[in-house]
Amino acid sequence: MSDLTTARQMAASVTARSVSATELIEVSLAAIAERDGEISAFNLVTADDARRQAAVIDARLAAGEEVGPLAGVPIALKDNLCTRGVPTTCSSKILDGWRPPYDATVVERLAAAGAISVGKTNLDEFAMGSSTENSAFGPTRNPHDTSRVPGGSSGGSAAAVAAGYVPLSLGSDTGGSIRQPAALCGVVGVKPTYGLVSRYGLVAFASSLDQIGPFANSVSDAALLLEVIAGHDARDSTSIPQPVADLSAHLDDGVAGLRVGIVNEFMVDGIADDVRRQTHAAAEALAAAGAIVGEASVPAAAYGLGAYYLIAPAEASSNLARYDGVRFGLRVDANNTPDMYDETRTAGFGDEVKRRIMLGTYALSAGYYDAYYGTAQKVRSLIRRDFDRAYEQYDVLLSPTSPTTAFALGDKTADPLTMYLNDICTIPTNLAGHPAMSVPFGVGDDGLPIGVQIMAPMLGEVTMFRAAAVLEGAAPAGSTTNRVTR
Amino acid sequence: MSSELPNGWKMVIGLEVHTELATETKLFSGSANHFGGEPNTQLDPVSLGLPGSLPVLNERAVELAIRIGLALNCVVQRSVFARKNYFYPDQPKDFQISQYELPINGEGHLDLPDGSTVGITRAHLEEDTGKSSHMGSGGGRIHDAEYTLVDYNRAGVPLLEIVSEPDMRTAEQAKVYVTELRSILVAVRASDGKMEEGSMRVDANVSVRRSDNDPFGTRCEIKNVNSIRSLGRAIDFEARRQIDLLEAGESIRQETRHWNEDEGRTVTLRSKEEATDYRYFPEPDLVELDPDPAWIEEIRAALPMLPRERRLQLTARTGASTEASSLIVERGLDEMVLAALDAGGDPGRLITHAQQLSDDRAVGLDPSAFAELSTMESSGAISATQAKTVLARMVDTGEQPSAIAADLGFEAMASNELETIVDGLIAAHADEWAKFVAGEQKVMGFFVGAVMKATGGKADGKAVSAILNQRRG
Amino acid sequence: MPERITAEDVSHVARLARLNIAPDELELFTSQLGDILEYAADMAALDLDGVEPMGHPHGLRNVMRADVLTPSLDRAEVMAAAPSTESGMFRVPPVLGEEL
Repeated sequence: MSDLTTARQMAASVTARSVSATELIEVSLAAIAERDGEISAFNLVTADDARRQAAVIDARLAAGEEVGPLAGVPIALKDNLCTRGVPTTCSSKILDGWRPPYDATVVERLAAAGAISVGKTNLDEFAMGSSTENSAFGPTRNPHDTSRVPGGSSGGSAAAVAAGYVPLSLGSDTGGSIRQPAALCGVVGVKPTYGLVSRYGLVAFASSLDQIGPFANSVSDAALLLEVIAGHDARDSTSIPQPVADLSAHLDDGVAGLRVGIVNEFMVDGIADDVRRQTHAAAEALAAAGAIVGEASVPAAAYGLGAYYLIAPAEASSNLARYDGVRFGLRVDANNTPDMYDETRTAGFGDEVKRRIMLGTYALSAGYYDAYYGTAQKVRSLIRRDFDRAYEQYDVLLSPTSPTTAFALGDKTADPLTMYLNDICTIPTNLAGHPAMSVPFGVGDDGLPIGVQIMAPMLGEVTMFRAAAVLEGAAPAGSTTNRVTR
Repeated sequence: MSSELPNGWKMVIGLEVHTELATETKLFSGSANHFGGEPNTQLDPVSLGLPGSLPVLNERAVELAIRIGLALNCVVQRSVFARKNYFYPDQPKDFQISQYELPINGEGHLDLPDGSTVGITRAHLEEDTGKSSHMGSGGGRIHDAEYTLVDYNRAGVPLLEIVSEPDMRTAEQAKVYVTELRSILVAVRASDGKMEEGSMRVDANVSVRRSDNDPFGTRCEIKNVNSIRSLGRAIDFEARRQIDLLEAGESIRQETRHWNEDEGRTVTLRSKEEATDYRYFPEPDLVELDPDPAWIEEIRAALPMLPRERRLQLTARTGASTEASSLIVERGLDEMVLAALDAGGDPGRLITHAQQLSDDRAVGLDPSAFAELSTMESSGAISATQAKTVLARMVDTGEQPSAIAADLGFEAMASNELETIVDGLIAAHADEWAKFVAGEQKVMGFFVGAVMKATGGKADGKAVSAILNQRRG
Repeated sequence: MPERITAEDVSHVARLARLNIAPDELELFTSQLGDILEYAADMAALDLDGVEPMGHPHGLRNVMRADVLTPSLDRAEVMAAAPSTESGMFRVPPVLGEEL
């Protein structure tokens, strides 16, 4: 079974019944058991459930039924995705042990496709962070170097793929929380166009920015997973009605004549030299494959971080008000309800979450709305406008994903702003709503993975994946990309 | 209580009316919009505010909101939903989805039966909260409760909040406004308008000033008014409370007050150090609502005739007075009356009887039967009193009037038979007759009553009066 | 841009957000929030005259659903996740007032 490394291969083999879903799940569970004590990618491994589902799939296939494009493929889910009857904690004490009475839409779609969840992965609490160190249950470690962070907030999901437990996982991205851990862990990570994937069942952080997306070892597998989860959902009012483009069919279209722009505003001083070098190398690789490479400017993007740290906390402060000890989750008892609210929330939330709730409350408060939240939303319009202008000249844009390779645990926890700067290249696309993905490309001077970011206009996933596929094929020696035939 | 305020003070009133909308399901989710279910059985992730849940707007609620807006002559416009953030156990998300800067219905107005017009500032959509029951020895009051139980069945039910301009000047006018508004809500089938059941809730903003030319005074909001009658009492009380304070040289503190029906007064709610900052911002989980003009026109074209038009129509066709028309339309009987008119009924008698039909079932009367009854009476075949009795039975059993009259043995009395009886009574009650002749009109009632008794109710009251007047000379 | 955030401001928003901030935490949070807001204040350099705030990344409007009943959640399952219930309702300590 060692030649089965991609999800596509696994699904094909299970469907062809040359390997059973049960066997695949056992391999996955064994890998987790062996290594996760050290890495801690999972908050919860749902071994019994997974085995049960695998048995069902095997039985259905034996009966001649069709199962779906992800038949028997083990998959990991970020622990902010609602899974009915299975604890969904958002790595927070305030939801410790909470079992949702319903499944997220993406979870339903995965099940319909035959995928089997092996567990819920660790994250920064309520998806707020860039290192998974804000988890209330302890950090996840980078599989390439366990003294380093895997990135965040979807650190667990990135690590689960990077460590080889599963070929696919789901994360969520609000300011870079899929792409940045993908870069740090040397895997492919995609933030789809806003509205392409239903948010129903994703525990909300910042509603106008959040998107669920895939982690995978290959561009092709990422495309497959995205096709399964994407598409209109009537339960999400912000869900795009158009049908999903056929990504898989166009992966090998190449980039001849494609116009690629390196975004000036992301090639700032804070970008490490090795990262900068690999970004340029990636641009050269695209040029060698026939793309036309130039420099693009998205001037307002320089203000993205500031606008983001007003908009995202503002929406979060409202989204997290529901954690009050009344209907679900943690309750700290008190003599009266106001005190119960205060004590529950104070005990239940970690510092970063509190910080952002207060920041967001301030940005919305009377007398400050116009200067902060109101202004930030206008800056957001400008960022979108500047991106759209760049897309008049370029088909895709290119930049580093993260300013550095994976940093050490504890390195950036002293000052929040230092941590926030990790997302300087990823945040602007969340504000604009455009799709973006990180593809492994080379390694840093420390031997750790580097990822480059490809960005595209709204619903430009096909073009984005084409460029990603070329980069994957041209990645330098030592890159972590799993170069297998599709 | 006299409606005149002391010392020439004037009052200014604005009303905020919340009406539930008669949809099958909630505003943002598919749980039932139904009163009286077992607690917490009409729930979904959205109504409970569960993590990961998302709102989806109910089209029918929008349609009803537009209907009401059009009936109130409002501008129906592009609107945006907004979050109103505050913590309370009956608020499942600890924010309410409402509309803030851009409501679905903009400015409008309501013409009242008394000829006055009240401006409508706006009417916007928002979701209702769950229901809290305060338990313990306090008799359901918040302040003495030992604990509180919450039922979220009602959480998410669609509401339209209708805000009037501060155009009302008397408690009576406020009552007329609410009555008219309610009849519009019922007429367009957007709501059942039952204040006592909470499907329509009224909050009053009241202030006073020395003259109509002065700027508005500080206002107080009054909540917990559960009937139109209470509304009048609460407004009058509050105006006088404010006048007393101002005349004593004190100032009015802007606050929300609670109407206590039993004690007949408004009381201040627990005072807060600062006004709540709701931190409104546009709801990121919902997109803009911009109803298609063609859809709005469809809704407008399908609007039923509104109470005002119905009153005018009824008066025009039957000669009914304004009061009579108001009453008949309020009872929903005008359609039936007009149909009876078309079937050849006598307008005067139809109106007279319709005004007295307080039975809810009256709307089911067969118009041609009603018409027949009215002509039986106008032709003299039965008396007015007899007609009333027949009508009551018609409402009860649905039988035909002629059958009922025959069954009850009704026939009008011959007029000379009646005169004989009247003369006999005049002779028997000489003292009372003397008073009547001297001009005490009240004594008429005594004689009419006596005649009725003597004839077993068969006499026609009008005929009796005519005879008495004639005898008096 | 407004003045730098003060400890009093932080106490105020903590109250609004129903969080207890201990005195020794207050200074740290105030300084951290101040730094972040100052960073964001760079936005003031942009010319925002006539710029509309961004609503949603896509221009969707009029997303509605039909007024059709969907099955309710199982009450037992919901109540099982609740911290405290009584008679099929959620139980909380005394509320004290109208709004909090």
